[in-house]
Amino acid sequence: MNDKPLVVEDVSLSFGSISVFQHLSLAIERGEFVAVVGPSGCGKTTLLNLFSQFLKPNAGRVVCSERLRMVYQTDSLFPWQTVSENIALGLRHLKEQAQRERQLNEMLRLIKLESFANHYPHQLSGGMRQRVELARALIGDSDILLLDEPFSSLDYLTRIRMRNELARMLVQLPRTVVLVTHDIEEAAQLADRIIVLSDRPAKICAEFEVDLPRPRELTHPAVVTTVHKILAELGFEHDTKHAISDFRSQISNVTQI
Amino acid sequence: MRFKESTLPIVVLLVAIVIWIAISALKFFPESVFPSPMAVIHGFFEELRSGRMVDDIVASLFRVTTGFGLAVFTGIPVGLWLGNHARARSAFLPLINFFRSLSPLAWIPFAILWFGIGDLPTVFLIFMASFFPLVLATIAAVANIPSVYFRVARDYGFSSTEILTNVTLPAIAPQVITALRVTAGLAWLVVVAAEMIAGRAGLGFAIWDARNGLRMDLLVCGMIVIGVIGILLDRILFQLTKIPSVRWGYER
Repeated sequence: MNDKPLVVEDVSLSFGSISVFQHLSLAIERGEFVAVVGPSGCGKTTLLNLFSQFLKPNAGRVVCSERLRMVYQTDSLFPWQTVSENIALGLRHLKEQAQRERQLNEMLRLIKLESFANHYPHQLSGGMRQRVELARALIGDSDILLLDEPFSSLDYLTRIRMRNELARMLVQLPRTVVLVTHDIEEAAQLADRIIVLSDRPAKICAEFEVDLPRPRELTHPAVVTTVHKILAELGFEHDTKHAISDFRSQISNVTQI
Repeated sequence: MRFKESTLPIVVLLVAIVIWIAISALKFFPESVFPSPMAVIHGFFEELRSGRMVDDIVASLFRVTTGFGLAVFTGIPVGLWLGNHARARSAFLPLINFFRSLSPLAWIPFAILWFGIGDLPTVFLIFMASFFPLVLATIAAVANIPSVYFRVARDYGFSSTEILTNVTLPAIAPQVITALRVTAGLAWLVVVAAEMIAGRAGLGFAIWDARNGLRMDLLVCGMIVIGVIGILLDRILFQLTKIPSVRWGYER
């Protein structure tokens, strides 16, 4: 078994005259949670499509040595199937009916949708649907989970709740995760490593590590600092080393009053 | 006065009948061109007793079922195929649109020349009326399937047969059911017109026969039967929309 189940090596890819990647290299470690952020249209989703072998690079090498599942940006549950039937898609490779049933029930319990097993996706809320999407991708014995802006269609509070939900599911079912997102808070709150991509042709312009167990609080200082660093890297905030400590002293001033 | 919503249509119907009774009682028009409800009811039982009414209904329903059935079993596969093959679609679409825009009644002379008088020309006309709209609706439904469903199918190892039966068909089902309802209504309109000219039995022929015999009471009676059966046909097809796995297509 190698320790880097997902590797992109010196990859170049272009669509017609638009060059998306030029000599991009990236390796994901087993069990790592990596978030990829960057300006919209920079090729974040394309990177996932390379990992999943949906797209072939023009040059370079993409290695994916383990079983992989993807959660898409758009609603991808089959609307003509119930919650149970949708999740059970992830168990198709299992021969034994009893085993499938047992795993399905465990998963329904884990995402707390037992009473919605026979509902159809259109009868669920956005957050519930997203839990089913995650369940379908996590059930069975896959190793890698690719997430393409999975929570982008949800409202702010549901998004925060789903992050905790995902963290909780990953404790039970550990996976190597690559999360593509435009939500910087989401990246900082969930990922072990955050990769910031530049505009096209995209290259890695920064990497940040957050060494903190999940689930994390959104306002944990390490998360807030990381958000600040990413925003600074993208040019939205000034990267003054003291920004955070200034902010802290202001807060303590307020509490003193 | 407040009526429950479910009784409102009955109230409207009763009011319409009262107006009908009033107009015929006031003798605005002679009885021979404006039959009274009583005359129509009388004519209805006359037709029922002679057995002609039932024969006509059976003849018309048989033709519609055959012609429409043929159109469904050929039109949907053709639509599926064209929906999945872009080049063939561009090649055939103008022709299909042409025939869809052409009133099927324009085929009546040829239908009689080719198939004579009886079931065959009518079945042909109904087929021509339903086939092209069904093909077009199926093409549109296939084109509307979000591509992400096919990616999911690929991710979870569907075979190409499974993609057809477990993705494409259920994904187009709601739109196709709507098209079936519309097209069945069209077929029912066409059968009456076709039978007037190319029939020797059937509800359309009964209307024509009543007109030739100056029996306006029987004509109205035929009209009512045609309308009621049309509603019933739609109600039957409407039941398809209650299948749980197609509800999503109507509820969001």
